[in-house]
Amino acid sequence: MGMTRRHILWSLIPQGILLSLFTLVFSSCTESRTPVEIASAQGMLLLGNGSEPHGLDPHLTTGVPEHNILHAIFEGLIAYHPTDESAPEPGVAESWEHNSDASVWTFHLRHDARWSNGDPVLASDFSYSIRRILSPALGAQYADQLIVLKGAEDFLKGNTTDFATVGVEVVDTHTLRLHLIGPTPHLPGMLKHNAWYPVNPRVIEAFGSIDSRESDWTRPENLVGNGAFRISRWVTNSYLEVLKSDTYWDADRVRIKGIRFFPIEKASTEEAAFRAGQIHYCSNIPIDRIEFYRSKHPEVIRFDDYLGTYFYRFNTTRPPLDQPLVRRALTLAIDTGLIVREVTRGGETPARGFVYDGVSGYHTPGNIAFDPETARRLLAEAGFPEGSGFPKMDILINTQEAHKMIAEAIQQMWRDHLGIDVGIVNQEWKVYLDNQVNLRYSISRSGWIGDYVDPITFLMIWTSDSGNNQTGWSNHRYDELYKQVLVTGDPGLRNALMGEMESIFLDELPVAPIYWYTRKYLLHPDVKNWHPKLLDYHPFKFIQLEPTGFRL
Amino acid sequence: MFRFLISRLLQTILVLYLIATVVFVMMKAVPGGPFSQERNVSEHILQKLEEQYGLHDPLHVQYAKYMWNITPKRLSPRALLAFDLKEGLGIDFGYSFRYEGRTVNQLIAESLPVSAELGFYALIIAALLGISTGSLAALKQNSSWDHIPMAIVMIGICLPTFVLGPILILVFGFWVPEPFRLPVLFWEPSYDAPWLESLRYRILPAMTLGLYYAAGIARLTRGSMLEVLGQDYIRTARAKGVSPFNVVVKHGLRTGMIPVISYLGPVAAHLITGSFVIEYIFMLPGLGRHLINAALNRDYTLIMGTVLVYAAILILFNFIVDTLLVWLNPRLRLRSNA
Repeated sequence: MGMTRRHILWSLIPQGILLSLFTLVFSSCTESRTPVEIASAQGMLLLGNGSEPHGLDPHLTTGVPEHNILHAIFEGLIAYHPTDESAPEPGVAESWEHNSDASVWTFHLRHDARWSNGDPVLASDFSYSIRRILSPALGAQYADQLIVLKGAEDFLKGNTTDFATVGVEVVDTHTLRLHLIGPTPHLPGMLKHNAWYPVNPRVIEAFGSIDSRESDWTRPENLVGNGAFRISRWVTNSYLEVLKSDTYWDADRVRIKGIRFFPIEKASTEEAAFRAGQIHYCSNIPIDRIEFYRSKHPEVIRFDDYLGTYFYRFNTTRPPLDQPLVRRALTLAIDTGLIVREVTRGGETPARGFVYDGVSGYHTPGNIAFDPETARRLLAEAGFPEGSGFPKMDILINTQEAHKMIAEAIQQMWRDHLGIDVGIVNQEWKVYLDNQVNLRYSISRSGWIGDYVDPITFLMIWTSDSGNNQTGWSNHRYDELYKQVLVTGDPGLRNALMGEMESIFLDELPVAPIYWYTRKYLLHPDVKNWHPKLLDYHPFKFIQLEPTGFRL
Repeated sequence: MFRFLISRLLQTILVLYLIATVVFVMMKAVPGGPFSQERNVSEHILQKLEEQYGLHDPLHVQYAKYMWNITPKRLSPRALLAFDLKEGLGIDFGYSFRYEGRTVNQLIAESLPVSAELGFYALIIAALLGISTGSLAALKQNSSWDHIPMAIVMIGICLPTFVLGPILILVFGFWVPEPFRLPVLFWEPSYDAPWLESLRYRILPAMTLGLYYAAGIARLTRGSMLEVLGQDYIRTARAKGVSPFNVVVKHGLRTGMIPVISYLGPVAAHLITGSFVIEYIFMLPGLGRHLINAALNRDYTLIMGTVLVYAAILILFNFIVDTLLVWLNPRLRLRSNA
């Protein structure tokens, strides 16, 4: 079949067309700067931000990616301090005072605080907002945060519909007084959460009623906020853009032009985006990339202390995990030092106790440390010498590489030090949650991040009626002490009571504490004034961008 | 022909309702709900939420509501062209469980054009590359023009997109020198840029998606061209002194393309609907990403919406191809009338 050259040339035409199209596209691009370089020059901050935000209603959202956006476009009475997570930075409130036992707080609102539509921010707006999040029909998942207010729980549960019974008092247009159920010295820290943010009543009512969930008021064209930035564009699954707000009372101090938040779920994808110069901030690093940045680019990798504890839950209703001796044996056989050094490698601290150490002057009474000798002895005392007769059980993890690596390390440690064999079961996130809540597990990997900088946020989850307990463990004395803490104003006494709570908890060990978290992330050197924060909230109004020309 | 169309249409409707039913049952059977989260939600709040979203109704009531909401009640082609299912067909998938204040119809209308555009580029790449490589291999059978491209094609068929994607990212995002580097993620630049610049963001995903099908098309073209070029009428044409160009293009390709075209229909559907892995790798705001996230989030209404749209597109494209084939092939037409 003699084919001439012409045939071949002809059939190459389509490839030629493709090639010339590509060339056209390439040559059209005279821009050799990376997106990050262009953005730095424009004053736009590009942030990797986990997943697509559920929504932007401060009373309905619960997640971290949402909160990152919300604290840019809204401002509560108290705002985030640029460097110190426990310091209260004045937000809409320019000053505040409380009574002698910190159970009644008065906030003085600044007169120049404005909504992005020009309305002044009033004390009545805050009162309306508190009423809104407590409205039972709204079904706000974080409404529980506000039950420190007198009468809030009854209102939230629908026992009364009279909002006047709730401890919120509008003294005058710019003075708000909150009456609490007991002394709450850490109230300013709680007020930074978006559950306490104000919404503009005029806007809410224009698009629905006070308790409508399905409302269009959070669409970018409708949303009215009171923060340093206002929303300008929102493309689902692509990015959300905010720009500096002219109506913000402190606008003169806002240095950047705006921020783009990119929802990137996978750590490896986010890291690739950072490496390719497409984002300034990569919120997550795959464990296998840590070494690369540590050795080659230490200037971009950060390990900041983070207010959280990684731990394993024991199902205390399942024998033999109902025996404290067994739980202690399992806990002491975990070489937590080795895990943070060799597995997680992010500068984490092995957890000696459960409460993150050194929070508001509180130090954990715990001294849990790897001790295989004692572990073996305790297990023998419990009736399982050298692990003989120990029933087969599984560690439940949600599907993620890091959890799997840690579980495998612990599996090995228990085999080596105790002679027991456990399996590992990984489940998809929602299935895992479902099984954990319903106590359909033996041992389950868990984590807890504090809501605010106070030890109580770690201790309140282990009371008998706490929905977050999920271990079947309960202790009467522990519950009693918790009630006492709630009515104790004196910081020294309060810390002592919480110390006693934690001691009880650590005696019984319904969980095995493993390590205290660090936040591992990548930050481009162009970004200035980004400081380590215990809760990882970085107020964007202080951030600066200075083009350095840095490239990986 | 008319009877064929009617029977196919009825089958299609039946299949869609069947899919909706299966999806409904599966959603209810999977553990974990849309509101389960790490931080436990109080019982009374959870109850309010479930009431709000109608999850407290008995299952058969929920099912009946679903079925009514997804039943077409009107037809407005103009609205359909804008991907507006509510105006276009009267279909209302309802509010998303996860994305507060956003309806599933809105989410589909925003994301389907992205998937469609990506599929369109990929189809062009697949067709141009596949047909030309395949014909070339057939014309120069058993030479290196045949062996080398066909070996590459074989690799292409074996490589799933979730492997090819990261490889292309590595090569074009990091290894090649500067002027040829391509953006590795996103659908458009993260700064305001001309349209042509956005096009650069679409090259890698479109290539990843298109190359796999290009490989299939190339093999199919090669096989069918080899068969056609050996036919008597080609020999006759040559003997009559028809120019080699006309032999290949007018006589050879025309017949040789028939199996390829019947393959292109399903491929077009797959290119639009089958890109969810690629949308995840490249973080594109398409329909596929919604499908994956909706399943992970137990976003019941969004799962139903995306699955049904995917199913409808697949069925529609198959329907078009079948109709075309019946129209083209008298033998099939006779059989369908019998």
